[in-house]
Amino acid sequence: MRTISATHDLAQPLPLDGGQSLEDVRIAYETYGTLNERGDNAILICHATTGDQHVATPHPITGKPGWWSRTVGPGLPIDTDRFYVICPNVLGSCMGTTGPSSLAPDGQPYGMRFPVITIRDMVRAHVALLKALGVERLYAVIGGSMGGMQALSLAVNWPDMADRVLVLAATAAMPVQNIAFQELGRQAIMADPDWQGGAYYGTGRSPDAGLAVARMAAHITYLSEASLSEKFGRRLQDRQAKSFGFGADYQVESYLRYQGESFTGRFDANSYLYITKAMSYFDLTEGLVGDNRPSDEDHRARLAEVFRGVTSRFCLVSFDTDWLYPTSESRVIAHALNAAGAPVSFMELAAPFGHDSFLLDVPALDRVIEGFLLR
Amino acid sequence: MSAPGLLSADVLRPDLAVIARHVASGSRVLDVGCGDGTLMAALRDGHGCDARGLELDPVNVAACVARGLSAIQGDADTDLSPYPDASFDYAILSQTLQTTKRPDLVMEHLLRIGRRAFVSFPNFAHWRVRLSLLAGGRMPVTRLLPVAWYETPNIHHLTIADFRDFVRMRGITVEGAWFLDGDALIGAAAANWRAEHAVFLLRRG
Repeated sequence: MRTISATHDLAQPLPLDGGQSLEDVRIAYETYGTLNERGDNAILICHATTGDQHVATPHPITGKPGWWSRTVGPGLPIDTDRFYVICPNVLGSCMGTTGPSSLAPDGQPYGMRFPVITIRDMVRAHVALLKALGVERLYAVIGGSMGGMQALSLAVNWPDMADRVLVLAATAAMPVQNIAFQELGRQAIMADPDWQGGAYYGTGRSPDAGLAVARMAAHITYLSEASLSEKFGRRLQDRQAKSFGFGADYQVESYLRYQGESFTGRFDANSYLYITKAMSYFDLTEGLVGDNRPSDEDHRARLAEVFRGVTSRFCLVSFDTDWLYPTSESRVIAHALNAAGAPVSFMELAAPFGHDSFLLDVPALDRVIEGFLLR
Repeated sequence: MSAPGLLSADVLRPDLAVIARHVASGSRVLDVGCGDGTLMAALRDGHGCDARGLELDPVNVAACVARGLSAIQGDADTDLSPYPDASFDYAILSQTLQTTKRPDLVMEHLLRIGRRAFVSFPNFAHWRVRLSLLAGGRMPVTRLLPVAWYETPNIHHLTIADFRDFVRMRGITVEGAWFLDGDALIGAAAANWRAEHAVFLLRRG
């Protein structure tokens, strides 16, 4: 598999939804396979909140296999013998693309001077990268979770760009409960005295405790009672009885602590703030009417309005144990696309792993991805 | 990849073959209860139709996607309301009416969404069913109704005569009717005795 890991510096400042524009934007990305002569085999993969461009190559810090190496590669559902796969690290992240830990024009890290960004800003950067790579049109854009939001944003805001849009376990507007969870995570970071107003770079201190708590809370939302029961149950960790103390008595406590701590070694706390904020802001219907969550019927009608004029074929997949972006979120998108006359498929797959199901071993999902990309 | 021209009756179920023969080429079709997409694929590949499906079983929806078709997982009883009025040339409901909770409302939606509707259903007044009830005194288990009463998905059995009464009461126009005994088309004479299966082409008003 021909794999390229590179960076691209945008020649022009990147205009942002917040009204500002960002100078000297660098985008880190990976590509797999080769763009064919007709230029019609390119697939853009959009990663999730704390994902990165290392789709099918080992993570440079943890050494773990790429986050979707079970799906992307030669002969796999997203077949790199057939497709030219591009995955950029999103704007605001910390794996090589410009974000709050990058240096501002004054030579100091941005910190909280980094502008607040949106999902559409991330996609605007993707589109600029695609142009630079000579990709005029995408065979497909694919994403799960926050990646699915980017895919939807691309389909709506750059309607001539993608022939197919595959959205896994995502939403067209951030559910209120998730905004609440994300605020919890951000507050955990900002309450850590080592956060220092976001100016912790080079101080020798960073808000690891806050970031770990944020990650622990988020991690719970990615799983399900079924997967936690299966994996840990109420089993105790390295002990025969409860300690009557505040150590990690249960395996699940120990596991979460590990998840939180190991996350701080690979992710920047400010990036976490900016990216979750972009997700909280996400609403495809924004700017149409009001700012309250409308009734389901109104939401669908507005979404149908947003989707009028899209040219892509859509496929939406939800998972029955995903309570973070439950099936109802995907169904309303499917109904709205239908009302707009767009070709759309939608299904809820059975999988025990909660929201994380889109990343894990779900053979039915493999078949759907492969089938959707077949013709 | 499915081969083009899957229109022979040995591939399509007989009622679907009747429907496929009478759908205008190039039309927009909604197949409610589309199964694995056999009819939609035939309509697309043989008739140049733009076909969309609604299907309860996600495994079937996935099969549709793998055929390059567009299908939504959903329930005829609850998921038809979002479809706009007259957004399809035809709405098709094959062997599904008798499984819905509210067949009358499903029919309303079909005739609202499609300019025309094809509806096919097993005839509960077929002589074999009548005989089985009369002689055995038990709910019939036949070729078209193969499942015992306690686990059958067919919760609203109907007959051709019931259906004719229904469309007359609702002021629905019958543009075509076909009757099947096994795989064979038969005439309309005594269809309520002789037909195992009926296919109606309807429009509102």
